[in-house]
Amino acid sequence: MYNFDYVRPSSVSDAAQALSNNTDASLVAGGHTLIPTLKQRLAQPSALIDISQLAELKGIRSDGGNIVIGAATTHAEVAGSADVKAAIPALAELANGIGDRQVRHRGTIGGSVANNDPSADYPAALLGLGASVVTNRGRYDADSFFTGLFSTALHPGEIITAVHFPIPDKAGYAKFEQRASRYCLVSVFVAQKSGGIFSSGETRVAVSGAGQNGVFRVAEMEQALQGNFSPSGVSGIKVSSANLMNDMHGAADYRAALITAMAERAVGAASA
Amino acid sequence: MTAQGIGAAVKRREDFRFIKGDGKYTDDINLPNQTYCYFLRSPVAHAAIRNIDISAAQSAPGVVAVFTGADVDASGAGGVPCGWLVTSRDGNPMKEPKHPILAVGKVRHVGDPVVAVIAETLEQARNASELVQMDLDELPAVVNMKSALQGGSSVHEEAADNLCFDWELGDQAATDAALAGAAHVTKLDLVNNRLIPNAMEPRVAIGQYAPGTEDYTLYTTSQNPHVIRLLMGAFVLSIPEHKLRVYAPDVGGGFGSKIYHYAEEALVTWASKHIRRPVKWTSDRSEAFMSDAHGRDHLSHVEMAFDADNRIIALKCETLANMGAYLSTFAPCIPTWLHGTLLAGQYVTPAIYTNVKAVFTNTVPVDAYRGAGRPEATYILERTISKAAQELGVDQAELRRKNFIQPNQFPYQTPVAVVYDTGDYEPALNKAMELADYAAFEQRRAEAKSRGKLRGIGVASYIEACGIAPSSLVGALGARAGLYEAATVRVNPTGSVSVLTGSHSHGQGHETTFAQVVADKLGIDIGNVDIVHGDTDKIPFGMGTYGSRSIAVGGSALVNALDKVIEKGKKIAAHLLEASADDIEFANGAYTVKGTDKSKAFGDIALTAYVPHQYPIETLEPGLEETAFYDPKNFTYPAGTYICEVEIDPQTGSTQIVSFSAADDFGNVINPMIVEGQVHGGVVQGVGQALMENAVYDDNGQLLTGSYMDYTMPRADDVPSFKVATLAGTPCTHNPLGVKGCGEAGAIGAPPAVINAIVDALKEYGIDHIDMPATPEKIWRAINAQPRMAAE
Repeated sequence: MYNFDYVRPSSVSDAAQALSNNTDASLVAGGHTLIPTLKQRLAQPSALIDISQLAELKGIRSDGGNIVIGAATTHAEVAGSADVKAAIPALAELANGIGDRQVRHRGTIGGSVANNDPSADYPAALLGLGASVVTNRGRYDADSFFTGLFSTALHPGEIITAVHFPIPDKAGYAKFEQRASRYCLVSVFVAQKSGGIFSSGETRVAVSGAGQNGVFRVAEMEQALQGNFSPSGVSGIKVSSANLMNDMHGAADYRAALITAMAERAVGAASA
Repeated sequence: MTAQGIGAAVKRREDFRFIKGDGKYTDDINLPNQTYCYFLRSPVAHAAIRNIDISAAQSAPGVVAVFTGADVDASGAGGVPCGWLVTSRDGNPMKEPKHPILAVGKVRHVGDPVVAVIAETLEQARNASELVQMDLDELPAVVNMKSALQGGSSVHEEAADNLCFDWELGDQAATDAALAGAAHVTKLDLVNNRLIPNAMEPRVAIGQYAPGTEDYTLYTTSQNPHVIRLLMGAFVLSIPEHKLRVYAPDVGGGFGSKIYHYAEEALVTWASKHIRRPVKWTSDRSEAFMSDAHGRDHLSHVEMAFDADNRIIALKCETLANMGAYLSTFAPCIPTWLHGTLLAGQYVTPAIYTNVKAVFTNTVPVDAYRGAGRPEATYILERTISKAAQELGVDQAELRRKNFIQPNQFPYQTPVAVVYDTGDYEPALNKAMELADYAAFEQRRAEAKSRGKLRGIGVASYIEACGIAPSSLVGALGARAGLYEAATVRVNPTGSVSVLTGSHSHGQGHETTFAQVVADKLGIDIGNVDIVHGDTDKIPFGMGTYGSRSIAVGGSALVNALDKVIEKGKKIAAHLLEASADDIEFANGAYTVKGTDKSKAFGDIALTAYVPHQYPIETLEPGLEETAFYDPKNFTYPAGTYICEVEIDPQTGSTQIVSFSAADDFGNVINPMIVEGQVHGGVVQGVGQALMENAVYDDNGQLLTGSYMDYTMPRADDVPSFKVATLAGTPCTHNPLGVKGCGEAGAIGAPPAVINAIVDALKEYGIDHIDMPATPEKIWRAINAQPRMAAE
């Protein structure tokens, strides 16, 4: 690890100021991606701006038809939240399956979303639920937020403050782990909601772990589930392996098969 | 059996300090004026070194010294030695190229140490290392063993075809004849996947030189400090043994990887004299992946022949064994004398022949890893016999039973050199079948099928050779050291006992089990017994812990030393009790004149030995301290049967181990709780090899599985609660405790049991083999008959 300055701002606007004052500064909340990178000397930020203790970034609330989760909320807090468990149990379950107990008590939803690791869990939930990412400067739909591997629509210096999840009628999540890291080799989040809050249709299917460009939706499955929200609705649908990751943990054709399998299970879990 | 003696399930005493964080590991040691060493390692697998410019690093803040291979060479230091010479079938010795402490001329694997940067702090050393300019001329990497032997690029000039040795054992003509005339021959190509040891504690070394006395001390994470003293002192640095202390305090796991003498140990010791300050190096986890010796990595072709009555009549096995870039300390003996000699297994096989070609590659050196040759041999045999059962249409357990060596055949001379002293294999098979409810398996298979799942059951009956080994035997086979063990029993004046043992505990629980032996023999409380190990300044010259030898060899030395103490005590007691020594009996901690109630407690005798006021001083020395060196008469041969049951999800290919049963004959047992724990740990490692672990190099020799993000270790939720039975068994006939050793059995027996279960589950698809590690993708691909596309 190289030396860096450590800054603990007292508000989001202080944090934004600190970011603009420090070229090459990084935000840190849970640090579960950043700190290992620093330890391996793969990054050399001039300063770490620690936003993990900012009260305005913490907490979970139910707001009309949405669950609103502060960006610095830990995975364990999401997993244990009565509001989340009541409104979107699949989201609580997803959070409870991230990493291990230690990771879940440090890692944050904002950090995970901002990092947009193609094998992370949360991007599937955001895209699958049609969530919105709220920042200190504005608001993004999940569909436009995740722009590629480890990249998002965030501008330099922009800070995620919260994620708004519409409460669906049904949602389900199924994950097949990469066995070493236990990140997603393939995971699928499905959700259905009547009333059309989702921007495109009432059913969403989002896949993490598999796409060469990160999380993506499967339109064919979404259409099939509109008419038949059951595992058999997706069991015959094969996703093309053309744009899927192909590495030693899983070839593209295997990942494609797992997408179908996990979609069936996610629908099955949602139905249950 | 007493509450604390031999056979008692005493809780591990050492765990109190480990659990509380009070253990003292090498990295916990910090010496006054200590410096820190960072090794700059090769980023490529194979390259000629054109130039190394260290000038900027030398003047970086905090830097004390920067050394290259040229500096080490110029000092006259030797290379890292190999401790075992294997002779090829043409009579030539193995190729044994020099293994320099820091690379000279070429780098030969990713992680090969090139430059040592020593500074006031680790951060400064690491910062300075980034200023070193390594000018490397990259050469084609030798990665794949088969293509390595076809020539092209050579890892070492001394072995242009990358062949280290070409060894054979057994009767080739008889084996070929039996294969030619057999009623059935089962053939199989097997991969024994490369494993990375991953002890919980990474390696650490601190070198210290005392200019006043010219003494060196090496603090190191070792399983065998005297072996390190011998190798480093005599072969590398020319330090006389009386001037070199090697101390391995608490060590957090080894699994073989801490047997060997490593370059980093020699460098910090050597450098401590140059800079006249202690030099400390602590491996980080990433370094461990590319510098700790790896394990396994064999490719084998097996042919097993049966007569018309399904009796095994011959076994032939041809193996390529990866040595990596250099010969690690015991590397050559692993695929040869610890492998070929086990190919009889538990079976009467009249003819066996094996040929092993050892290959240099541009990869991390490969050496012993929990089981060391025996897991590879057991996998060959036990995978093949289950495949044979499938082909012959007979039950895999019954085919084994039919071919077992019978109890009345012991001692049993195998066709592959070794003589099993004792054994009885059916009770373990029966017990394992009972624990596994083998009889009702087909009902469970049908029930799983109704849920869309594939169930399979796999049997593996292993044998291993432990307690290495008779020195004259291993000497004849190429060992460059004896393999006895030493123990000193120091009875203190007040009757407490310090045992100084050459065995080394790095997780095995010696501080409990060895104390139990003392408590049992002397009739004293284990609280009055201290087990001292790991420090060459304290303990007698011993060979350390590996190959499940501690209780079989170290424990035997301890018993012999205790017997000497008891005998001397009889003479003292005879004097005090005014009787003849021949009339003194020792039992339950007291010396008694036979047939009387005249008695003296052990503590009284100890006190008298050190306060010899009333003492046979004319004929007996004062004091009560005895040393014994024990050289075993044979290996010991633990054996058992493991049965694994799996359930496979055909949609994803993922395997769940739903049941694992183990029945072992370890001979006599000192502490059944510790034995059970050893079986658990070994089985988990075996499951890891069978299902998950795999060191993967790309074609350029880059290690793709260099962290826990990519190298899969087995975890608690990957295994079920084990059913373990340790049988009364057949005690070893040639050591005083009748013990055989239990540390490696799980890692030896588990892999074939798991793979046999998986193949059994998949047989309805016409699948007759799956290579380790049997990952979900591999199984999915087999089920769907999908060849894998080349990964990126």
